[in-house]
Amino acid sequence: MTPVNWLLQGGQEILGILLAPLLMGWVGIWRAWLQNRRAPSLMQPYRQLFKLFHKEVVLAETASPLLRVTPYLLFGCMGLTASLIPMVITDLPLAGAVDVIALVGLLSLARVFLALAAMDVGTAFGSLGARREMLVSFLAEPALLMVFFTIASLNASTSLRFMVTGFAARGFYLYPSLAFAGVAFLMVLLAENGRIPVDNPETHLELTMIHEAMILEYSGRHLALIEWASALKLLIYFSLGFALFLPFGLTDSQQGWGILGALILFLLKLTVMGAGLAVLETVSAKQRLFRVPEYLGTAFLLAVLAILLHYLLGS
Amino acid sequence: MSHWNPAPFAQQLLDLFASLLLLIAFAMLSQRRILTLIHLFAWQGLILTLSIVDSAWLTHQPHLYYSAGLTLLTKVLILPLLLHRLIRRLDVVWDVETLINIPTTMLVGIGLVIFSFNLALPISHFSSTILRNTLGIALASVLLSFMMMITRRKAVPQVIGFLALENGLFLAATSATYGMPMVVELGVALDVLVGMFIFGIFFFQIRETFDSLDIRHMEKLKEE
Amino acid sequence: MEILVLLSFPLLGGLWLGVTGQRARAPQANLLFSLATLGAAAFLAMRVLREGRVSAWDEQFVVDPFNVFLVGLTAFVGTTTAWFSRPYVRNEVQHGRLSENRLRLYHGMYQAFLFTLLVALTTNNLGLLWVAMEAATLTTVLLVSLYRTPASLEAAWKYFILCGVGIAQALFGTLLLYFAAEKVLGEGGNALLWTHLAQVKGQLEPTIVSLAFVFLLVGYGTKVGLAPLHNWLPDAHAEGPTPISAVLSGLLLNVALYAILRTKVLVDGALHQPFAGHLMMGFGVFSVVVATLFLMRQKDIKRLFAYSSIEHMGLMTFAFGMGGAVANFAGLLHMTMHSLTKSAIFFAVGHASQKSGTQLMEQIRGLIRTSPTIGWGLLLGALAILGMPPFGVFASEFLILTTAMHEQPWATPILLGALGVAFAAILGKVQPMVFGPATGQRLPHPPAILPVFLHLTLVLILGLYLPPALAIWYRQAAALLG
Repeated sequence: MTPVNWLLQGGQEILGILLAPLLMGWVGIWRAWLQNRRAPSLMQPYRQLFKLFHKEVVLAETASPLLRVTPYLLFGCMGLTASLIPMVITDLPLAGAVDVIALVGLLSLARVFLALAAMDVGTAFGSLGARREMLVSFLAEPALLMVFFTIASLNASTSLRFMVTGFAARGFYLYPSLAFAGVAFLMVLLAENGRIPVDNPETHLELTMIHEAMILEYSGRHLALIEWASALKLLIYFSLGFALFLPFGLTDSQQGWGILGALILFLLKLTVMGAGLAVLETVSAKQRLFRVPEYLGTAFLLAVLAILLHYLLGS
Repeated sequence: MSHWNPAPFAQQLLDLFASLLLLIAFAMLSQRRILTLIHLFAWQGLILTLSIVDSAWLTHQPHLYYSAGLTLLTKVLILPLLLHRLIRRLDVVWDVETLINIPTTMLVGIGLVIFSFNLALPISHFSSTILRNTLGIALASVLLSFMMMITRRKAVPQVIGFLALENGLFLAATSATYGMPMVVELGVALDVLVGMFIFGIFFFQIRETFDSLDIRHMEKLKEE
Repeated sequence: MEILVLLSFPLLGGLWLGVTGQRARAPQANLLFSLATLGAAAFLAMRVLREGRVSAWDEQFVVDPFNVFLVGLTAFVGTTTAWFSRPYVRNEVQHGRLSENRLRLYHGMYQAFLFTLLVALTTNNLGLLWVAMEAATLTTVLLVSLYRTPASLEAAWKYFILCGVGIAQALFGTLLLYFAAEKVLGEGGNALLWTHLAQVKGQLEPTIVSLAFVFLLVGYGTKVGLAPLHNWLPDAHAEGPTPISAVLSGLLLNVALYAILRTKVLVDGALHQPFAGHLMMGFGVFSVVVATLFLMRQKDIKRLFAYSSIEHMGLMTFAFGMGGAVANFAGLLHMTMHSLTKSAIFFAVGHASQKSGTQLMEQIRGLIRTSPTIGWGLLLGALAILGMPPFGVFASEFLILTTAMHEQPWATPILLGALGVAFAAILGKVQPMVFGPATGQRLPHPPAILPVFLHLTLVLILGLYLPPALAIWYRQAAALLG
């Protein structure tokens, strides 16, 4: 491993962290357009983070150190995860270090801390949000794992790098199992990021909120870190989706032009899919919480079907 | 993946169609609304038609094109239209079935898929045709439709399950073999159509007698 | 040529009566068409006896000694049932249970039903066999719900759904069979022709064929009424008009069993081991046991005899499952005896319940006083079906049981016990209906007694003396079954 590699690795990390709020802003703009509202500026999330970082942190009297540590831990987890996913270049030093199962573990570590901290102060909303979050993730995680298993068995490896290069090596092929897994992944993405059929990121209505209920207790830079981490999480899921289902354009070269091309393609995918997410959220209605198990059950079903079809059809 | 030799594109497409057919079978299993069920049935018919056209093209069997035409005519046009008219005349367009437990049904459904894939694997090794993979899918969708008939408590969804079962059988016919002899296919199609008419007559008789299309009214005949 | 003539009579009859079936003369026309069919069947039988196998229309239809015997039986019972149904439907119209429009449906469908049965029996194409079996369900389903009572609708719905699902399994089995055949015989129409399949049965892929047989057995077994797939059968028998119960029991079940037997021959040839036979024996014994257990609890007379049909179909399935010349011979003999006796019983039962205005056995009493012929008919029929010695059922059951003692000793005590229980159950219920204080009223149209006694006499004669010609014929058929 050359220093250049580590440089690239660091570059991707910084790119991911900086890009995440932009993606949030982009999705927000599209949502506003689709709902016939005047769109906020693309830079709005940055401004918000900036503002929050300059505000004072107010903590409840009963708050334990856990509440204080959680925002940093969350951001750290997400930052680490972001560096593990091949966004532009497949051949990064850390890419080989970890496989998808560890990835799922990292994401759930962050979630566990968030949920624990939400219950820390002891307000009703916090524990309500934590419980709902655990319900959703408890159902979403097996579906996500099944999606990964499908792709892993297609490529005979659970390493993310081999999954990506495996597809690239084979060229165009119609995988029915991959189509099913893709839909399941999309459903999990929506659920895990608190998007519309499951949760609404813009609402503070106590009957329905999940994610927002958990972070009511945070303020100032803590809130900023958590918001940033959730933006990062969306970016992570997006780039994970690109890596698994739209792997074209990823480069393994160290050449400037190759990297630039891959980067542009990556940004293009983000642009299109971010708008797509907004469209998807606008056309679908939020489901009652009691229907969420059904929704995620469908995702799980699709993922299981994907893996079964893979074994039957060999593709 | 050292020995990777991709199948022709038409075959990939065929696998995809078969998978979609299975997906629709699942969707039907979990669908509560009658109207949507009919639409799903029509979609299933359409995908079946496409897959038959595809396998006809793939295997250069001209008589499969006739089969595809027959399927298009009966499964996509006539039967859904008949069902549409029927539920409008019976005034059950917006009927919703409330009693099905979807997660359990789904789990059992997955079990059925595993079972039929297992059953089909040894058979498909014998097949000389290139369409063999889909046999397991066909069997799975047959069993799923069968389960749909068992879990439903209303007459129309039961019948749609019956028709979907026929779809699965047709997929089996075109996937395992290159379609049945034409005489047989015509006969089967005729039977299905006549059966549908009789079902239609039945719906009216049942509603006239019981004032509802709920099968629960028809559980009197039992051994006590 | 004879085959097509044979098939054309009920087809024409169905079309003709479908248009004019409501007229006063329709019952006679129904009988006439059935008689013509019987005549054609007799001609066909003679030719087959003389020349062996006969085929028509590019071998799509083939008649050999095995199915010609069933064709004859079907045409015969079809005719006598039409005869019985003549006063029966008139009484029903008089009682106001049937309108004239329903009569048209009834007569048209009756002939159509015979047509589908004959197609199923004579066709050589296993796919067409399936189509005909499904069509047989379709034609009878509206007959079961003919009275439009809640119970009859329920019975018909159950019949339709269960047999529909069952028959779909059979289609899957047929598909698998075709799948196995097409590799040996090549694609196209010939791969489903039974005669061609029988020639190459040794080369068929055993795994596929055995799987196909499981599906076929479950599918057609539903129509045979094998337990645990028998649920539709008692309901359909009890709620439909009695002539339909008679032809369902006497004919449809046989034809369904025939379909299983045809495929069994192929499976045996492909497998070289008695896999199919074991399955059939299992289903058979189970059906016999289940049916006898239910026999004891019946209150409805038609349900009682419907369960008795399940029992006897189970016995036949067991006999054919054992295989071998003697068991097959006994099975075929039992098929004949059961058809004749059971339809005779249903004729008597039909009139008895018309007289009493109910099918509940506790309200049918003293038949022998109000109408001695019906009373005696019912009593003798019941004795015959229970296997009392001079009747033919005794001979066939005796043969089955003695063969079982040789070949499958484990099954003999079970079967004997079941037969004993059935004996006690049926006789205990029939006896008070026949004797005891009278309850019935006179019928506006005199009942047709002749078919009852014609059948019973035949059963009696065949029980005492099997004509050598007939015996040879049975043996040829049994030999075809391997």
